[in-house]
Amino acid sequence: MNWNTLFSSSIGKKLQMGLTGIFLILFLLVHCYINAQIFWNDGGQKFNEAAHFMANNPLIRISELGLFAFLILHTVQGLSLYFKNKSKRTQSYKVSAGNATSKWYSRSMAILGTLILLFLVMHLNHFWVPSRITGLETYTFNGVEYHNLYAKMQLQFKDAMVVTIYTLGCISLAWHLMHGFYSAFQTLGLASFKYKSLIKTVGIAFSVLIPLLFAAMPIAFFLDLIK
Amino acid sequence: MEHYTMNLTLKVWRQKNNNEKGSFETYQVKGISSEMSFLEMIDVLNEQLIVEGKEPIAFDHDCREGICGMCSMHIDGRAHGPWAQTTTCQLHMRQYKDGDTIVIEPWRAAAFPVIKDLAVDRSSFDRIIQAGGYVSINTGNAQDANSLPIEKQKADDSFAAAACIGCGACVAACPNASAMLFVSAKVSHLALLPQGAPERKERALNMVAQMDKEGFGSCTNIGACEAECPKGISLENIARLNREYIGAMFAGDK
Ligand code: HEM
Ligand code: SF4
Ligand code: FES
Repeated sequence: MNWNTLFSSSIGKKLQMGLTGIFLILFLLVHCYINAQIFWNDGGQKFNEAAHFMANNPLIRISELGLFAFLILHTVQGLSLYFKNKSKRTQSYKVSAGNATSKWYSRSMAILGTLILLFLVMHLNHFWVPSRITGLETYTFNGVEYHNLYAKMQLQFKDAMVVTIYTLGCISLAWHLMHGFYSAFQTLGLASFKYKSLIKTVGIAFSVLIPLLFAAMPIAFFLDLIK
Repeated sequence: MEHYTMNLTLKVWRQKNNNEKGSFETYQVKGISSEMSFLEMIDVLNEQLIVEGKEPIAFDHDCREGICGMCSMHIDGRAHGPWAQTTTCQLHMRQYKDGDTIVIEPWRAAAFPVIKDLAVDRSSFDRIIQAGGYVSINTGNAQDANSLPIEKQKADDSFAAAACIGCGACVAACPNASAMLFVSAKVSHLALLPQGAPERKERALNMVAQMDKEGFGSCTNIGACEAECPKGISLENIARLNREYIGAMFAGDK
């Protein structure tokens, strides 16, 4: 076995990026499903119940630790690869090919990732910190005490500035995934002849739909489409 | 196609050697035929420079028929110029019109240091090949071809990968200066064949280790290499190299 190559070789580091990337994609799927419960327009009961389940299930709380660890690994490794790769061309070209040979978003993963990171700091501060640490307003329904995350969303998304930043965060995510989804499968060696077009198609669909659904949430609150 | 002649302005990277800083020089060439190759146009400029008592431009070339991979030039931002799947020697002046300005740079990558002007040192590729791009079999009589059946698809894929001429355009085009397309072609064409299979794990591990050591960047699947490769080497080879490498990484017997 050559486990050490996972940390020392270029392909090993890329494997870390790919695996953590796919884990983050799976997380987005779950996160989006839970949050989409707000669209029942039932005053947030279904959504608060789903959030309650997520907050109290021990398996999910353990995965949450994994999620933070993987997010940090993805960020640190991604930025470190970016700066290492920059250093491999000390003298830059006077004229470069630009969009003639590749897509702008494929070349912009580090900046898109950094935008996502900045958004995440704000986002965690809005919801995760009050819900897990500093405390949130609660209410009781059928004898169960719930955190009113829904009310917190309503409050947060009254602010046009916050809604704008969330929308921009979702747009950065969409472009990051537009390259990242396919790229992760290519890194794992799975994007070969048979599956390449399938992976590309699913990747594009995912990169458009999931961020669109996420962006629809603050916008719907802001426009009073859900109460 | 109608024949015509043209006058051009060339901005060419001049650099004495790897220790000195380079810069662009501007030259005028006149009466260039649309039927010349790009390298013939540079020959005309060099003759002109020699007559003027100036130092001619150093550039690599050998076969001038698209098979040796020597003619490294980054032309107006494109490795080997604007034509798809074409080396510089096969680029022809009918691409240009009278009055055009053309910017010519060397391959730029830390692992390909400039020797002089447009010529770069690509011996890092040779060292990657030395690390595993071969099959160690004892020679003897060639055996009957039918005793080693190979699926048509595998033979074709292997042959397509073996078309790599080691020109380095993939490195030159890659924003990360990564050599993954080259290495993946060299690993693939052997791994797909029964003759290459016994050493496939060591080959993938050793060639990638040498690639990293030579100072190439890591692949982020951008795909500029595939777009610029004169031999149409496909990104699917990189997926295969990743499979080979990951397989070797976790293999129990190594
Ligand atoms: C939920 C958030 C995120 C998701 C779903 C995500 C997903 C992905 C995926 C799937 C890849 C492709 C991996 C591969 O090519 O093997 C990737 C690459 C990358 N990500 Fe993220 N990412 C997220 C957040 C971030 C953050 C916060 C950063 C930090 C700056 C970041 C930086 C990068 C970089 C630089 C790459 C390219 C790395 C490479 O190809 O070597 N990402 N991401
Ligand atoms: S993969 Fe293509 S671009 Fe790269 S060295 Fe081989 S022939 Fe040249
Ligand atoms: S000179 Fe041989 S490929 Fe161009």
